[in-house]
Amino acid sequence: MSTARRRSAVAVLAAAALAAGLTACGSSGSGSTTAPTSAASAGTASSAAKVSGSITVFAAASLKESFTQLGKKFEAANPGTKITFNFGGSSALARSIVSGAPADVFAAASPATMKTVTDAEAANGEPEVFVKNTLEIAVPKGNPKHITGLKDLTGVEVALCAQQVPCGAAAVKALDAAGVKLTPVTLEQDVKGALTKVELGEVDASLVYRTDVKADAAKIDGVEFPEAAKAVNDYPIAALAKAPNAAAAAAFVEYIRSPEAAQALTAAGFQTP
Amino acid sequence: MTTAPAETRRRTRRGGGRVPYALLLPALLGLAFLVLPLAGLLVRAPWSALPEQLSSPEVWQALKLSLICATAATGVSLVLGVPLAWLLARTELPGRRLVRALVTLPLVLPPVVGGVALLLVLGRNGIVGRWLDSAFGITLPFTTPGVVLAEAFVAMPFLVISVEGALRAADPRYEEAAATLGASRLTAFRRVTLPLIAPGIGAGAVLAWARALGEFGATITFAGNFPGRTQTMPLAVYLAMESEPEAAIALSLVLLAVSIAVLAGLRERWMSTP
Repeated sequence: MSTARRRSAVAVLAAAALAAGLTACGSSGSGSTTAPTSAASAGTASSAAKVSGSITVFAAASLKESFTQLGKKFEAANPGTKITFNFGGSSALARSIVSGAPADVFAAASPATMKTVTDAEAANGEPEVFVKNTLEIAVPKGNPKHITGLKDLTGVEVALCAQQVPCGAAAVKALDAAGVKLTPVTLEQDVKGALTKVELGEVDASLVYRTDVKADAAKIDGVEFPEAAKAVNDYPIAALAKAPNAAAAAAFVEYIRSPEAAQALTAAGFQTP
Repeated sequence: MTTAPAETRRRTRRGGGRVPYALLLPALLGLAFLVLPLAGLLVRAPWSALPEQLSSPEVWQALKLSLICATAATGVSLVLGVPLAWLLARTELPGRRLVRALVTLPLVLPPVVGGVALLLVLGRNGIVGRWLDSAFGITLPFTTPGVVLAEAFVAMPFLVISVEGALRAADPRYEEAAATLGASRLTAFRRVTLPLIAPGIGAGAVLAWARALGEFGATITFAGNFPGRTQTMPLAVYLAMESEPEAAIALSLVLLAVSIAVLAGLRERWMSTP
């Protein structure tokens, strides 16, 4: 009986592998056939450009909720497209793009991390800033430690982003502006890591983006602070030079910069540039 | 050296025919696959900037922390793991198979899952962690002891498996003889069993130590990342790779050197273990 089960499991795996292979072939084939069409109609609205095939979008962790939502809308507006997201710390994403990770679009949380990609000539054209984001202090629901500003963070356990990632660089700027010196208990690899530590109650506070607080409002509260104005992050987006599906990549970048997407991003707490 | 006849026998067998290409080719490919990446590390190393990279206090901080934590984790594994191995090998504990399966689980479990589990149990809001915090004021996540715990969690099974194997290979009649001479079970364990399986314990400890030194997933999940407190070498390498690959290569070289030193230092012991 157990061998039978094992055999059927193998069959399922084989079938899945076969299916994956087939869809991969299909998508790349259709992607290449539609490429000239969309190249010709470049400049028109994304919904008008006929694109298809799958694209991979590397995006800053803070874009997770909004991009997932916008990705679904893009897929609905462009039947036959499939977007795979890879969310993470912008610096790690930039590094993997430079090292040859197969991505079509990169959306970073800071110009500095985007620069890693443009310096390696891995971007297709100039990156464009599509939103701005500011920091907030994330605290557990009800703010049990009564944190009102950056100065209150010195006496409690705080999670920050590592300085390599944009939220960490912004945190350093904000803390410097406030003249607050603090020793965090951990430096996280992306903003969602810092946020989760508050959500789990493992730390008392963390410095994250306004948008993260908003996206997680059911579990955490946000505390605004004036120094956040000194540490505003620009979010650039660019299609990549080695994008396997250049047409769809360009269309997605265009879509993110459309008024419709801007509205959704503003609703999520981002500011338009 | 003492087995000269065996040596000659082996030699004649080896000379029996040419090595078939069907085996030689994949073997050489396998060798290249294992060695080339490390050679690449040496080729790409920023040799001129290396002294400067390695003299930064962060490197030594991370290395020191790594060595201390891996050694402490091995200590924890020895204190808890050897008795556990004895329990598995020498007693008729009910549900022993299940216990062994549970002990081996962290061996196959992705370490990051272990980190999540540790955080949920020993974190400030965890079942055990909350009690530790309120009763003793002890919080483990994001502390150096937290690193030791995370490393011990993933490393101990290596030690237990290795020591259990040594115990099974050791003849229990020595212990029985000690018992007939009036030694208690504990005395027999201390005076007879332990010396008997010392090489096995040594091998297990080295395995556990090496595993703890390289531990990444459970550490970063449970203990977080802060230089000097919880940022071990693997974490430092990973983070450096994001911003300064040169520094990551330098750190990797240090870890490579440590690994080679350990292998070289323990080679004799390795060979003599059953």
